[in-house]
Amino acid sequence: MSIGRQHEIHKRRFSRNMGLGLVLAAFVVLVFGLTVVKVTDGNVSQAISGSVAK
Amino acid sequence: MSDTSADNIVNEAQFGDYFALLKPRVMTLVVFTAFVGLLAAPVSVHPFVGFTAILFIALGGGASGALNMWYDADIDAIMRRTQKRPIPAGKVTADEAKALGIALSGVSVLMLGLAANWFAAAFLAFTIFFYVVIYTMWLKRWTPQNIVIGGAAGAFPPMIGWAAATGGVSIESVLMFALIFLWTPPHFWALALFMRNDYDNAKVPMLTVTHGRRATRAHIFWYTVVLAIFAMAAGFTSLGGPVYLSVAAILNVQFLIGAFRIWRRDEDASEADNFAEERKFFKMSLAYLFLHFGAILVEAGLDRFGVWA
Repeated sequence: MSIGRQHEIHKRRFSRNMGLGLVLAAFVVLVFGLTVVKVTDGNVSQAISGSVAK
Repeated sequence: MSDTSADNIVNEAQFGDYFALLKPRVMTLVVFTAFVGLLAAPVSVHPFVGFTAILFIALGGGASGALNMWYDADIDAIMRRTQKRPIPAGKVTADEAKALGIALSGVSVLMLGLAANWFAAAFLAFTIFFYVVIYTMWLKRWTPQNIVIGGAAGAFPPMIGWAAATGGVSIESVLMFALIFLWTPPHFWALALFMRNDYDNAKVPMLTVTHGRRATRAHIFWYTVVLAIFAMAAGFTSLGGPVYLSVAAILNVQFLIGAFRIWRRDEDASEADNFAEERKFFKMSLAYLFLHFGAILVEAGLDRFGVWA
């Protein structure tokens, strides 16, 4: 069975590929958010600039 | 997700099938009770940390649901109520459910530890172990007290929510545990009274089968009496207040009357009206638990805004 650029299996598995992709993206956002809250107490710009609250 | 499933077009598992392995309806109860436990705690938590903690407590509950479906696939295929679950329906293999359950257990415990504290994480790990190993693998098929033991696993989430905020256990969190723990047997035994063939066919030793229906009716009543005592006791701790006590008083009187009616009925009367009283009690039990925890939530909100201060 050859897999072409757009095989029928891609359509068939679209929902679970998309679902898994969204879950992983949400996980990244969650870990980033948690890091911001833990390190800087919610200050996003401080978290990105790298300065730590004293 | 295995290669051999690539050609299985008819029964292709969709994202929703993997999600269904996590028992989303049970997860909503876990989310709600863990949320109440977290908010009722006397320590305030950053909203994002609180959200993350609830999310991973729910995911841990979902992981144990997937492991339960993996181990119980044989009896799920027999019972009408569970025949459409992803494994008996042929959508997902038992091994996939096991892998998903183990992976999500690890992720949820680790993330709860990082987000909240390691006591809450250890508590979540113990809850998953308790539900999967002690309840599902060991006691469910062996003792008619299976519902009582399974109820303990479902009763831990508010304690974990409380632990996520405080890092420990207290009389309040134990009483929230007791509320769900003692509520579970009457709730499920009422269901077993009017869904009897399902459990009989699957050879699950429900109390209705091993000790008879009369004994089950008596058990429902006496568990409800003990439940009412603990439910009212919670009202005199920091969980309670005028709102909780009023709600609990009304609900427990109603629940006791319902349990008493079930106890006094015989099978002929139940058959005659197609178990109307038992069905009513089962429905009432859903509102009972929701409203008790809702009242704890209201009290916590009022407390936080200084209404009773």
